[in-house]
Amino acid sequence: MNILVFVETSEGKARKTSLEAVAYAHKMGGTVTAIVLGAADANDLQNIGKYGATKVLHASDSKLNEPVLQAYSSVISKAMADEAADVLVLANSSLGTPLAAKVAIRNGASFASNVTELPDTSAGFVVKRSIYTGKAFAMVELKNAKKVIAIKKNAAELKEVAGAAQVANYAVTLNDADFNTKVLSSEKATGDILLPEAEIVVSGGRGMKGPEHWGILEELAKALHAATGCSKPVSDMGWRPHHEHVGQTGVKVAPQLYIAIGISGAIQHLAGVNSSKCIVVINKDADAPFFKAADYGIVGDAFDVLPKLTQAVLAAK
Amino acid sequence: MKILVCISNVPDTTSKIAFVENNTKFDTTGVQFIIGPYDDYALARAIELKEASAATVTVLNVGLADTEPTIRKALAIGADDAIRVNADPSDSFFVASQIAEHAKGYDLILMGRESIDFNSGVVHAMVGELLGIPSVSPVMKLDIDGTKVTMTKEIEGGKEQVEASLPLVAGCQEPIAEWKIPNMRGIMSARTKPLKVVEPKGVDQIVATKKFELPPAKGAVKMISADNVGELVNLLKTEAKVL
Ligand SMILES: Cc1cc2nc3c(=O)[nH]c(=O)nc-3n(C[C@H](O)[C@H](O)[C@H](O)COP(=O)(O)OP(=O)(O)OC[C@H]3O[C@@H](n4cnc5c(N)ncnc54)[C@H](O)[C@@H]3O)c2cc1C
Ligand SMILES: Nc1ncnc2c1ncn2[C@@H]1O[C@H](COP(=O)(O)O)[C@@H](O)[C@H]1O
Repeated sequence: MNILVFVETSEGKARKTSLEAVAYAHKMGGTVTAIVLGAADANDLQNIGKYGATKVLHASDSKLNEPVLQAYSSVISKAMADEAADVLVLANSSLGTPLAAKVAIRNGASFASNVTELPDTSAGFVVKRSIYTGKAFAMVELKNAKKVIAIKKNAAELKEVAGAAQVANYAVTLNDADFNTKVLSSEKATGDILLPEAEIVVSGGRGMKGPEHWGILEELAKALHAATGCSKPVSDMGWRPHHEHVGQTGVKVAPQLYIAIGISGAIQHLAGVNSSKCIVVINKDADAPFFKAADYGIVGDAFDVLPKLTQAVLAAK
Repeated sequence: MKILVCISNVPDTTSKIAFVENNTKFDTTGVQFIIGPYDDYALARAIELKEASAATVTVLNVGLADTEPTIRKALAIGADDAIRVNADPSDSFFVASQIAEHAKGYDLILMGRESIDFNSGVVHAMVGELLGIPSVSPVMKLDIDGTKVTMTKEIEGGKEQVEASLPLVAGCQEPIAEWKIPNMRGIMSARTKPLKVVEPKGVDQIVATKKFELPPAKGAVKMISADNVGELVNLLKTEAKVL
């Protein structure tokens, strides 16, 4: 089986979730080829081999530095054909998921997104995918010979395997028609840990009382090397940027640890956090519904508990 | 300008999810169905555009007859007419193929960033691909000037300003517009607005759902005193092993 993995980059560095996709493909068995588009760090390209890719194709054309969906689809579709790939694997993301869908159509492949486990090939090719915003799973059979799967975070453990990749330049021909959307500018929180990829998330709700109080939450996040998140009303009121909003209508996170402070635990919020391995809830109301979804809980005032918790985390380092 | 808004008919966000018939069928008992929350944003933006210019708004749903109350609600919110493709929306490729069949001739096709039942987040990209027109998602702001469309798109940890031309498909999310609630006049007029039912075009089933599963039940919460946060850190390290 030939597997192609699209590795997404952020500022030239391979995304962690994309490396998980490489590890996932390696576990599936077969020959794993990774493909990277646009400017990329040479060390990072080499590094992809550690997770099980034997070959890394680098399409370094500077026109691919901005992620244009149509152009990316053309290149990945062609690579799938050139490499005679049976399966394309990539990580779910705002770019990856629609990209996967387009490539699936161009290559006549069956497609599934939000895949959470390795495929079961005992009878056909069946993948498990998360549905109803994490409230259930569906087992779906991908019937066509070619398959495209977009995996959810944690679908495979990110583990280094012995191995080195051969990095090769991948020449592409791009048409004007491939650039049917144009990125005018972008704003990105640099240096911060990306919320959808974070292993630890510290999230605040309306109980934090106002944006001016986020300092104590950020200090805890810093001590834990965590990303910060929030509930919907918090971003609606402009206390925090929209891309930090977690839940049904926001980011779905899947960290090892989710710490919710002053969030009541409405079902729509829980929908975005139910893939977390461990949930800690800090709320002054012992009856807050979030406690029912938590692994550990503290009934207390955020303004009292947060600084103490930060101290305890720092002390335990 | 002709705008098409594709709406999914999904369980209300507070629904408890359960399955019947040996985990092969969604249990609709006691479940209230709504316009997908993201699709509701798409619809709201379409109505705003209609109010600001001479646009018409058609809503489209791929679904069986039981989705009609949801379609009527979209008409009550302000859409002019509706199309229902009479089929069970089993998978994204099937749905996208049906939408593409009816979307030709529309200048702007608005959808939600994802449906909240199957959460594929791809029907917009598939329709764009099938029609050979651009698709952009998730869109937080969308403005039209002639045939030029400028959008703000969310990316991981930030946003992008994107430009493209009509015709175009956009997957919407907040804060593109405020959800609209139908008023009495809307509800009355919705009853007589045209709702056309069409049969699906034949599409090979290339993805088949075998069965459903629920996540394992959550264990009981362990409460820790606010005066003893050190214990929490300790438990996260030694018991949960997440630090
Ligand atoms: C269709 C739909 C989609 C939605 N999508 C989302 C979504 O994606 N994400 C989301 O978050 N919400 C979503 N919501 C909104 C959701 O229903 C809730 O309204 C929201 O999550 C509540 O936010 P909150 O917990 O911050 O605020 P509140 O419900 O007001 O809770 C504040 C909590 O803080 C506690 N508190 C107060 N003071 C303190 C203190 N000093 N110390 C500690 N605790 C304190 C209170 O006890 C309370 O539990 C959606 C709603 C709908 C209808
Ligand atoms: N059955 C359907 N009928 C009409 N539109 C749909 C249907 N299912 C999904 N859509 C549209 O496609 C968007 C993305 O859905 P999905 O790819 O399933 O997450 C939704 O937000 C809707 O706008």
